[in-house]
Amino acid sequence: MNEKAEKKSLLKNPSFQAILTSLICIALGLLIGYIVLLIINPVGAGEAIKTILLNFLSRSSHPARMKALGNTLAKTAPLLMCALSICFCYKVGLFNIGAAGQYEAGACFGLYAALAWHMPWFVCLLIAALAGAVVGAISGALKAYRNVNEVISGIMLNWILLYLTNMMLNKVKDPASPYTLKLASANKAALIPTAGLNAMFSNNKTVTLAIPLAILFAILIWVILSKTKFGYELKATGYNKEAAMYAGMKEKQNIIVTLAIGGALAGIGAAFLFLTGYQEWSTTQTSVPGMGFNGIAATFLGGLHPIGTIFASFFIQSITDGGALINKSVYPSQISDLISSIIIYLCGFVLFFKFALNNWIDRGSKKKEVSKVTGKEIKADDASKGGDK
Amino acid sequence: MGQEYAIEMVNITKRFPGIIANDNITLQLKKGEIHALLGENGAGKSTLMSVLFGLYQAEEGVIKKDGKEVKINNPNDANDLGIGMVHQHFKLVQCFTVLENIILGVESTKGGMLQMEEARAKVMALSEKYGLQVDPDAKIEDITVGMQQRTEILKMLYRDNEILIFDEPTAVLTPQEIEELMQIMKNLRAEGKSILFITHKLNEIKAVADRVTVLRRGKYIGTVDVADTSKEEMSRMMVGRDVNMVVEKKPAKTGDVILKVEGMTVASKVHANNAVKDVSLEVREGEIVCIAGIDGNGQTEFVYGLTGMEPLVDGKITLCGEDVSKSSIRHRSTHGMSHIPEDRHKHGLVLDYPLEYNMVLQRYFEPEFTAKSGFLKKKEIRAYSEKLEAEHDVRSGQGPITIARAMSGGNQQKAIIAREIDKEHKLLVAVQPTRGLDVGAIEGVHRHLIEERDNGRAVLLVSLELEEVMNVPDRILVMYEGELVGELDPKKTTVEELGLYMAGAKKNVTVNANTSEIEESEVIDNVRSGKEEA
Repeated sequence: MNEKAEKKSLLKNPSFQAILTSLICIALGLLIGYIVLLIINPVGAGEAIKTILLNFLSRSSHPARMKALGNTLAKTAPLLMCALSICFCYKVGLFNIGAAGQYEAGACFGLYAALAWHMPWFVCLLIAALAGAVVGAISGALKAYRNVNEVISGIMLNWILLYLTNMMLNKVKDPASPYTLKLASANKAALIPTAGLNAMFSNNKTVTLAIPLAILFAILIWVILSKTKFGYELKATGYNKEAAMYAGMKEKQNIIVTLAIGGALAGIGAAFLFLTGYQEWSTTQTSVPGMGFNGIAATFLGGLHPIGTIFASFFIQSITDGGALINKSVYPSQISDLISSIIIYLCGFVLFFKFALNNWIDRGSKKKEVSKVTGKEIKADDASKGGDK
Repeated sequence: MGQEYAIEMVNITKRFPGIIANDNITLQLKKGEIHALLGENGAGKSTLMSVLFGLYQAEEGVIKKDGKEVKINNPNDANDLGIGMVHQHFKLVQCFTVLENIILGVESTKGGMLQMEEARAKVMALSEKYGLQVDPDAKIEDITVGMQQRTEILKMLYRDNEILIFDEPTAVLTPQEIEELMQIMKNLRAEGKSILFITHKLNEIKAVADRVTVLRRGKYIGTVDVADTSKEEMSRMMVGRDVNMVVEKKPAKTGDVILKVEGMTVASKVHANNAVKDVSLEVREGEIVCIAGIDGNGQTEFVYGLTGMEPLVDGKITLCGEDVSKSSIRHRSTHGMSHIPEDRHKHGLVLDYPLEYNMVLQRYFEPEFTAKSGFLKKKEIRAYSEKLEAEHDVRSGQGPITIARAMSGGNQQKAIIAREIDKEHKLLVAVQPTRGLDVGAIEGVHRHLIEERDNGRAVLLVSLELEEVMNVPDRILVMYEGELVGELDPKKTTVEELGLYMAGAKKNVTVNANTSEIEESEVIDNVRSGKEEA
């Protein structure tokens, strides 16, 4: 009886709930992904899902594994920054779907500063942050003063920034390809230092300070939100804008500041990718980079908690990379994106499962109460329920 | 008793997780009677009605219509049984006419075309029969609250409902409109309709009801004949203890002017014209001034202008000798103004914050609660919250860490009052501080207001409750369509007179110099004598 009560309270514990529902989402995503694979070609389905999950672990040698892990980590850092951007804004009641555009702004001005002005990496990083902040602040100002939904202005800015970036970076691109110049040859000082981290990952030079810095940002965001006066005001504004105004907070200013900070985080995210030399910007791309959108999934999968976001970002990046390893002779080449996007899509269902879980707990306790009052055999009821679990 | 019951709810029990909302409740409505359902907030009235309308299913108990057991699974079943309800908040389509609203959902059609003439004839006949004056072609947004309510009643009658439920129907009406409604209810009874009248106003029960069923905390307390039961007895049944119905207070000892408002004009958010027009008033140390009026006559906007939540179009506000007309909300709050807001969910609390965070909502930035580094001093916040909770008897499930949303309305309000009173202030602006509270809690709020006054604070009370307006303040200012139309002395005036002012039927010029209409010179004399003391 006592043990059961403990079980109940554990189920009601919000952190436990967050982790549990995230795991349910992952499991369900994998299941649906598996079913899709089965439908396309039943022969390699099991193997493919294993490849997605194992990602770098599926490599044959240890050095190869570490190198692949390094690649995943290098891309986790920008994803984490985008997720933090969305998470931070979400806590203040804003849905920052414009993170993708802010990320583009970061890429645009970060790379431009590196390639056109030959700035060192930290200056490029600051410029990227500033660019993202400005784009975020535009959405923020529109929201605060004209009540324009930040989702609408964010999506529109995503496209505006995409073509602005293509146009700007066209000036610093490699004449032979649509890609921007390689930092390693054009401006070495703009590469984020590896600080020896590359040694641990089979000399993978894309493993840089960006990774520990991103984790530091996650901790910083968590501290700001939960421990400071600034966080108190921002969250109050997010929960109840009217009450924030009543209490004399500058709620309009808070909205702009929040989106500007969110923008800065996403801008830094872009710098964390493009200033590692991991890849170059393609000036002919016609779609908004997925990083900002995957950040949404990482935010929800991370239980809307900055620290949880760290793990969620790594997981999502890992299955995305794992998807690329699927045997292309068995499945069409689009399969990797399809499967990882199904899983990412399901990650967005965290809140739904949380709701369902709470409903289920409530119903359970109600049932118990009824049986108590009506004098049914409680013990038998409990025993059968205990068996269920 | 040999008399048939129109509807019976026998031994109804309805549970929610952690609470029994209806515990073995029996409600028997006789044919052709007005039966009052009395209980405080949270007594289980709404749940019982939801069971009757099939919105909830009772775990135990049966519902009988004319002695036969019936099953009500959804509101349509209830409608088929002839049960209709006038909700507290009307369910009317604003941009439709009265007639269109009445027939909504039961339109008679021929080949897909509306047959309005038929409907109009039936509505007009009903209107005449029961004395329900409406203009069938007026749009809802253009008519008075009273007429909107009559439209709702006609809606029930148009559907040939035999059992009519009125849910707190008088909350939004003027005394005169209440009078009219009572007459309408009597007419309906005379025509054989059975009426269930949900209220917590004892005067109204005394005025129209035949019998009353009292609920308290989900339990059935009893059903009694109204004629043989005094108001005090009913109140005791409802609250479970003796309630002090009269507010006791010493004469006011007024001092300096704390708040001076001159010519305040505030724009309206919904209309093109101003919601508050050229309002001037003074509140002194040690007095309670009440702004009375029917809901929606500019009181809300006046408070917004006063507290800084809306900019002024024109006018000047002087607080403790300082011109704060253009100051921020924070400046006014830290320079002597405390504000118990009208809507505690919208403004008063961050519902998803724990209680302790809400307790410091007006003071979190002070050095006492925030370190120089910008970090919150959580220990101090916790201690302060615990102190306020103890001093003001704020009850909650888990103390300071209780999420405000999980607290009862009364305790939420207590928390707000504790916060606003404990903060340093000279002026307390209390807007409908007893809204939605039960009798016991109301008593406590009134005691606090009087205490504030006796401690030399200036109190500006905005209230819609007549009983509160008559008992608590030292002076009454009546607001009608954004203007102050009269100043009354609560000791000398009557509810009827107050009602005439609230309805705009009477005005006097002593408050607003530019109000030219004078309808009753006698009133002015009456009022002037009251004004001279101030």
